[in-house]
Formats: sequence, C-alpha cells, structure tokens
Amino acid sequence: MNNIVEAVRWLLTADAWSGTGGLWVRSMEHLGYTLIALGISAAIALPLGLLIGHTGKGRGAAVVATGAARALPTLGLLTLVALFTGIGLTAPMVALVILAAPSVLAGAYAGVESVNPATVDAARAQGMSGWQVLTRVEIPLGLPLILSGLRLAALQIIATATLAAYVGAGGLGRPLFLGLRTYDYPLMLGTSIVVILLAILVDAVFGTGQRLLRRIPGLAGPQRAPRGQRRDSRRATAAAPAAGR
Amino acid sequence: MIEFRQVGKTYPDGTTAVEEFSLTVPSRSTAVLLGSSGCGKTTLLRMVNRMVEPSTGSVLIDEEDISGVEPVALRRRIGYVMQHSGLLPHRRVIDNIATVPRLNGASRADARKRGYELMEIVGLDAKLGLRYPGQLSGGQQQRVGVARGLAADPNILLMDEPFGAVDPLVRVELQRELARVQEELKKTIIFVTHDIDEALTLGDQIVVLKTGGAVAASGTPAELLSNRQDEFVSRFLGLDSGARSLSAEKTDDGELLISDAQGRPLGVVPAQTDRADRP
Ligand SMILES: Nc1ncnc2c1ncn2[C@@H]1O[C@H](COP(=O)(O)OP(=O)(O)OP(=O)(O)O)[C@@H](O)[C@H]1O
Ligand SMILES: [Mg+2]
Repeated sequence: MNNIVEAVRWLLTADAWSGTGGLWVRSMEHLGYTLIALGISAAIALPLGLLIGHTGKGRGAAVVATGAARALPTLGLLTLVALFTGIGLTAPMVALVILAAPSVLAGAYAGVESVNPATVDAARAQGMSGWQVLTRVEIPLGLPLILSGLRLAALQIIATATLAAYVGAGGLGRPLFLGLRTYDYPLMLGTSIVVILLAILVDAVFGTGQRLLRRIPGLAGPQRAPRGQRRDSRRATAAAPAAGR
Repeated sequence: MIEFRQVGKTYPDGTTAVEEFSLTVPSRSTAVLLGSSGCGKTTLLRMVNRMVEPSTGSVLIDEEDISGVEPVALRRRIGYVMQHSGLLPHRRVIDNIATVPRLNGASRADARKRGYELMEIVGLDAKLGLRYPGQLSGGQQQRVGVARGLAADPNILLMDEPFGAVDPLVRVELQRELARVQEELKKTIIFVTHDIDEALTLGDQIVVLKTGGAVAASGTPAELLSNRQDEFVSRFLGLDSGARSLSAEKTDDGELLISDAQGRPLGVVPAQTDRADRP
C-alpha cells in the first residue's frame, strides 16, 4: 500500500517527468515504438486479411497461423531474435509485430466477412469490379471490425513494448526494469501506472473513432438500425469476439 | 435481342434450378417470367448479366454469346433491379442511384442530376435523396432500386419482382409508369413476377414457368387467356376457379379488356396491331 502511495507521490514530482531519461521522454519513445510496430503490423496484415476476407481463400491457414503466432511467448521470441540482430530496436519490433499482426489480420478478414453477402452481390451485379467491391463496399462496411483489430493490436503493443528495454532499447521499459533491478518498487509501480494510462488513452482514441464511425447510418449497429435488412451489423457484433474484443 | 438457348443450371449443392429453357426476347419488347416461388425465375434472369453462369446451354445478346463478354462491362450496360432492392447501406439514396453512371465515368454532379430526374420518374420525393437506404420504407427502397436500374439508360433491363414490396395502389401506378417509360424508351425488358395482373399489364409475351424452369405456357397475354392450353396454367391464372376466373373481351379498338368473375375490369391489354408494328 505504501509503495503505491509513494509511486503516485513520485509521479506527481516534476523531476520524474523531466530530463532525457524522464517519464515524458520515455512515454514518447514508448508511443513511437507502438506507432511503428502498429504501422508495420498493419502494412503486413491488413492487405493479407482483406484479401482473405474478399476471396474467402486461405482462411483456414490464417486461423492456424494466427493461433500459432499468438501462442508464441513474446519474451522468448525477443531473446531469440536478439541473438541474431543484437542489441537495439530490431528485435523488439519483430517481436511486437508478430504479437500484433494476428489481431490486425483477424479484424481485417472478420470485417470483410461481416458485410452482408447480399450487399456484395448487389455491388457486383451493378458492375463493380472485384477491386471496387473491396474498396467501396467491403472495406467501408467492414471498418468497425477492421478498427477493432487495430485497436486490440495497439493495446497489445503498448502493454508489451516495455520489453524493448530488455534488449537495450528505450521506452517505459527502461524505468520499469531499473526499478526491478534496484528493488525500487515505487519506481516500478509508478512506471506501470504510466503504461496503463497510455493504454487507456490510446484505447479512448480508437473508441472515439469507432463511435464517430457508428454515426454513419449505413454502419450503425443493430440498435440504431431503423428497419430493413441489417443482418450485416448483427453478424458484425457476433463476430467481434473472434477479432479478439 | 436476348436469346436463351437450352440453358440449364445446377447449383454446386446439387439443386437443379433450371433444366432446359429456351426463349427469345425480341429487342424493344417486354418478356414476363411468371411462376410460383422457387421455379427458377431469378436464376434465369441472372444468367443474362452473368451473375449466374449456366451449367448447360448459352445466352446470347444480339447474336453474341455472352460467355465471351467481360462480366463487369456487361453488367454496366444492363440495368438490374434486384428482388431485394440490394442497395448499398452506407451510401445515400442519390449516390446509390448514381452508382452505374459513376462507374461508367460520369462526373458526380452529372450523375446526381440524372439521379434526381429518375427519382421523380419513380415517384420519390427529391428530399429522400440525401437519406440512407435504411431510413426508407421497403417500398421506397424498391423504387430506388428501379431508379438505379434505369440510371445508366441501359438497352436491357432485368427486373426481378421490382414492385413486390409496394402497396397495390402504388404498384399499379408504378406499372403504368413503367409501361409509359417503355412506350417512350423501348427497352428490352425481362420482368419477373408472380402477379398475374402485373404480367398481363406489362408483358408483350408471358412465359409461365413450372418448377425447374419448365415452360408451362407462353405467348401474348391474349393467347394465354384465350387458349387454356394447360391445366397448370389455368389454375395458375385462376381461370378454373369460380372465385377468380378471368375473362378477356375484345373492345372496339382491338384492345383486350380483362375482367374477373364479377365482371370487374382488371386491366387492358393494348391492341395487337400495336405489337406487330414493333421492330
Ligand atoms: N445460390 C444457390 N445455391 C443453391 N440453390 C439455389 C441458389 N439460388 C437458388 N437456388 C435454388 O434454385 C431454385 C430456383 O431459385 P430462384 O431463386 O431462381 O427461384 P425464383 O423463381 O426466383 O423464386 P422466388 O419467386 O421465390 O424469387 C430454388 O429451389 C432455390 O432454392
Ligand atoms: Mg426470385
């Protein structure tokens, strides 16, 4: 209990936040890592997931691969990669991307699959090409689930990016591991609190984005659907747990 | 001219929707496919824009086998009004109507302008244009579907029970409107319905289908009503039951006046000479 009080007291000092090793700089590093890892994950997993959702091919393989990737212990993976790449940012990035990509992938194909097949059929029947169906119908209508995948991935990365310090990179892992090694529990606890706050902040940003999206009538959830066929959104919420929410 | 040459369709799950069906729809005429649920009407219709590939036989448009035509290009020049409106839920009504003109490269402004013209034709208030499909009633959605089918001014129109969800009054109004549009624009139309009166009103030729796409009878409305060729057809048209026995009567102008058992007029089939004139 005392430790928590002390941790909070430490967080409230200006000293804790200033300087090159201060919490502010570490938080920015941490956010930066998160953005880079999320960006790489998205660059790899989004196109792949959209392709799987659009063609319906390779879904089984994707389920197996994402399951396997999720089962990998991140710390072990990090150590393994670091053995080859040495100290620095590469190893943690590889580990974070492998951690986060499955969520992005699952969100992407679940999003595309959640679109009412009748709507896709109609779009094709009007003369949209496969690419137009994907970009003008499947992605916009699947966006809520696609974003859910990115949101989950971002949270996983933020929580795990502390491991970067384990192989000599920066981020909030630095003060955390320092506290761990020196038995400075207030330092450890205080840093953990910052990690949690950062996660809540990022989650809130995604949450706001998704809420704004839901304002568009065509993307509204079932509770707001006036009438007519809204099978799509009902299935979208049912599929959400599959995307990891 | 649209030609079905002995087409058949067996879906991957083994359902045979159509066995062997042949039909020629002359240019600028309306053919109505009439039949009860599940007899293969939608399947036949979707063969024309290659949304369904026939398992056997072929479909020709103006003598050209469409199995060699690129599907996307083919669909953009065929208007298709779907059985369940099939609107894009995330696009405004006006943009739904403008879909095909936009795909064909029209500017957004031009496409929307055309869209508003069509909304007027199908009897939709222009202020509904900025709504989303989910904010319309079923009947309004269907009319949007009709407007979308007409938007690119296609030569061929496929209409799958386009007025199924509108009330009888509006329905009759829309049928008249379609007949008027057809009189003016002379498109080649294949129209699916299971409403006999609608078939009699709109069809230059009517094909009555049994399960499996088997033709029970076909001919002009007059032929169909006068020759009670087939027990199935008579039953389907209600010619055998006292409750709804239709009768056809030639008027002085050569038109056919269709009446029910109580002598209430149901509709008028235009004079035969009219039809003969058509190319
Ligand atoms: N994609 C499909 N896969 C398997 N069977 C199908 C498919 N589409 C249609 N069928 C079957 O083919 C038959 C004909 O269907 P179709 O949709 O052409 O009927 P329809 O005459 O349009 O009926 P309705 O008046 O109810 O619209 C039905 O038995 C239907 O179950
Ligand atoms: Mg049908």
